[in-house]
Amino acid sequence: MEVLQIKDLHISVGGTPIINGISMTINKGEVHAIMGRNGAGKSTLANAIMGHPAYEITSGSVTFLGEPLDDYEVHERARAGMFLSFQYPPSIPGVQVGNFLKKSVSSIRNEQLKARDFRKELNAAMSQLEMDKSFLSRYVNDGFSGGEKKRLETLQMLLLKPRLALLDETDSGLDIDALRVVSKGINEIAQESGCLVITHYQRLLDLVKPDYVHAMIDGKIVQSGGPELALKLEEKGYDWLEAI
Amino acid sequence: MSEQAYEAVGDYQYGFHDPENATIRFDKGLSEQVVRDISALKNEPEWMTEIRVKAYHHFMDRPMPDWGNCGMLESIDFDNVTYFLRSSDQTEKDWDDVPDDIKNTFDRLGIPEAEQKWLGGVTAQYESEAVYHSIREDLEAQGVLFFDMDTGLKEHPEIVKKYFCSVVPYTDNKFAALNTAVWSGGSFIYVPKNVHVEMPVQAYFRINAKNMGQFERTLIIADEGSSIHYVEGCTAPTYSTDSLHSAVVELIAMDNAKIRYSTVQNWSANVYNLVTKRGIAHSNSVIEWVDGNIGSKLTMKYPAVILKGDGAHAEVISVAYAGEGQHQDAGAKVHHLAPNTTSNILSKSISKNGGRSSYRGMLQVSPKAEGCRSKVVCDALMLDEDSRSDTYPTMEVGNSTADLEHEASVSKISGEQLFYLMSRGFTEEEAMGMIVNGFFEPFTRELPMEYAVELNKLLELEMEGSIG
Repeated sequence: MEVLQIKDLHISVGGTPIINGISMTINKGEVHAIMGRNGAGKSTLANAIMGHPAYEITSGSVTFLGEPLDDYEVHERARAGMFLSFQYPPSIPGVQVGNFLKKSVSSIRNEQLKARDFRKELNAAMSQLEMDKSFLSRYVNDGFSGGEKKRLETLQMLLLKPRLALLDETDSGLDIDALRVVSKGINEIAQESGCLVITHYQRLLDLVKPDYVHAMIDGKIVQSGGPELALKLEEKGYDWLEAI
Repeated sequence: MSEQAYEAVGDYQYGFHDPENATIRFDKGLSEQVVRDISALKNEPEWMTEIRVKAYHHFMDRPMPDWGNCGMLESIDFDNVTYFLRSSDQTEKDWDDVPDDIKNTFDRLGIPEAEQKWLGGVTAQYESEAVYHSIREDLEAQGVLFFDMDTGLKEHPEIVKKYFCSVVPYTDNKFAALNTAVWSGGSFIYVPKNVHVEMPVQAYFRINAKNMGQFERTLIIADEGSSIHYVEGCTAPTYSTDSLHSAVVELIAMDNAKIRYSTVQNWSANVYNLVTKRGIAHSNSVIEWVDGNIGSKLTMKYPAVILKGDGAHAEVISVAYAGEGQHQDAGAKVHHLAPNTTSNILSKSISKNGGRSSYRGMLQVSPKAEGCRSKVVCDALMLDEDSRSDTYPTMEVGNSTADLEHEASVSKISGEQLFYLMSRGFTEEEAMGMIVNGFFEPFTRELPMEYAVELNKLLELEMEGSIG
């Protein structure tokens, strides 16, 4: 089943073109990896799909579960089943993680959660991610280490069970243990969703096996392939692609 | 009140009003005779009448403050204020005996329900006087005195005479003089030595009539080694003309005592709220002001603590929310008069839709107050470009051993925070409400839970319709 379809997408930020014509189709159960240097436009693509107001789609189209996304606000995209794991999740001082998760899950599922049922579900997800309960009374991302932030992002993804997961450099700032735990979470979600994984490094792709790998340079996908492309990029870098 | 009328008052949840059924209502305007009449009506002792009259003359002679929002202050029409209005002939001890129309108001505000659940005592004041009062029997048995102030004066004149105006003299400022001249209602509390009042006691102040002036006077004395938590809530209906609320609160914490005074004021946007709150803290005692200011047209209020005894501690946590046409001029004052005294001041303000919030603070350390510590933190959050936030901190430090910290910040809600929360399924309004509630959280967590929940709901309501 087709989850996301992008056709000849162009995106500008403050009038400057960043993405210059990208097309891609992600089906349920597929993991797509986008690799590229800093500034290639990877994060721009993920943020624009989620509806960030600073990213302007100048031409082309994005279709989510068969529907064009143009008129969807950010929260409507989220409620429809789209999830973005942030590269740099901002802190929300004074808002406790536990409360935040409950409210978020109930607004996305559009139902009042029974406190006990939710607590059970939450406990299961947290132990899967090897997260201590003390997380729940801390303020969202406030004073979190890089690894803690990414764990919280992954926890949200597990609870929200999105149809499309956009993972923006989820591996950056993670030590090897955290990377292992977070990958487990991604793999679980990937069975039922479409996944778009943005990364610099092969090490995440050793743990989360991509079905497709796309190499991005200057806002364009210059080469697509299977997992072997990621290995080649890791070994050779991106210069050889520029020659193409 | 009809549904339409409720609609018409808009966002302000308590903007409804009930018909006035006054049993005694003074003509508008103020004179020495009005002051004497109030005192006579209450059968007060001579000395109280004399203080009232002196205070009245001081009020008349004293110019308006030349600081704060002078324009708004000058717009108060003292001749158009009703200074005394009696709406019930007596203070009831049984909720069922309170006149129905008044009872309906307080039912709607959730007062009797709250009392059953979590309070040690309640006073409900409607216009000028208390209409309902109760205290738990166990507290009464331990000798805790909790009355409305009029009854307090009748039953314990010797205590009132000793402490009345001892913390806030009527010469303190123009509005303290006004309050002393025409005060009516408020709470009187005395906690005996070493008695700990575990459950909070509460007073609820409601202005219902138009152009009403409410001048409650509160006096709380915590004797040596005792403790009490007093909670105060205030609302008024939305009228097109203004009301005046000018209270005076005096706290006395004897050695090793602790008083916490929590306020959530949610006045409608046509109330001038000009209040003097001050406490005296004796050796090793603690006075805490937890002060929330939402609503009103102009609030000028700076809860103060005089740290008079060695090792006394002051805590002032306040929040202010200024919306369209509102000015919250709030802050804190702490006077370190004795050695080893400590204080913490945390002030948080939000301005929205052209609202203005100011922090005005005074920190004073006297020359003989060695080894003092104080920390002041002021955070302002601006929700749009039209709003305003200012800080007026004053420090007078008389010796070099003091350890003082001052931090101030002004911030805006970031686009990244909004985007993040919206990507988690929240609408833009919900996201703003969440950030605002989070900003106030250091204050909210100090409130009894019922108040905290109520405050969060109020703030969320304020956020509705705020996205242009």
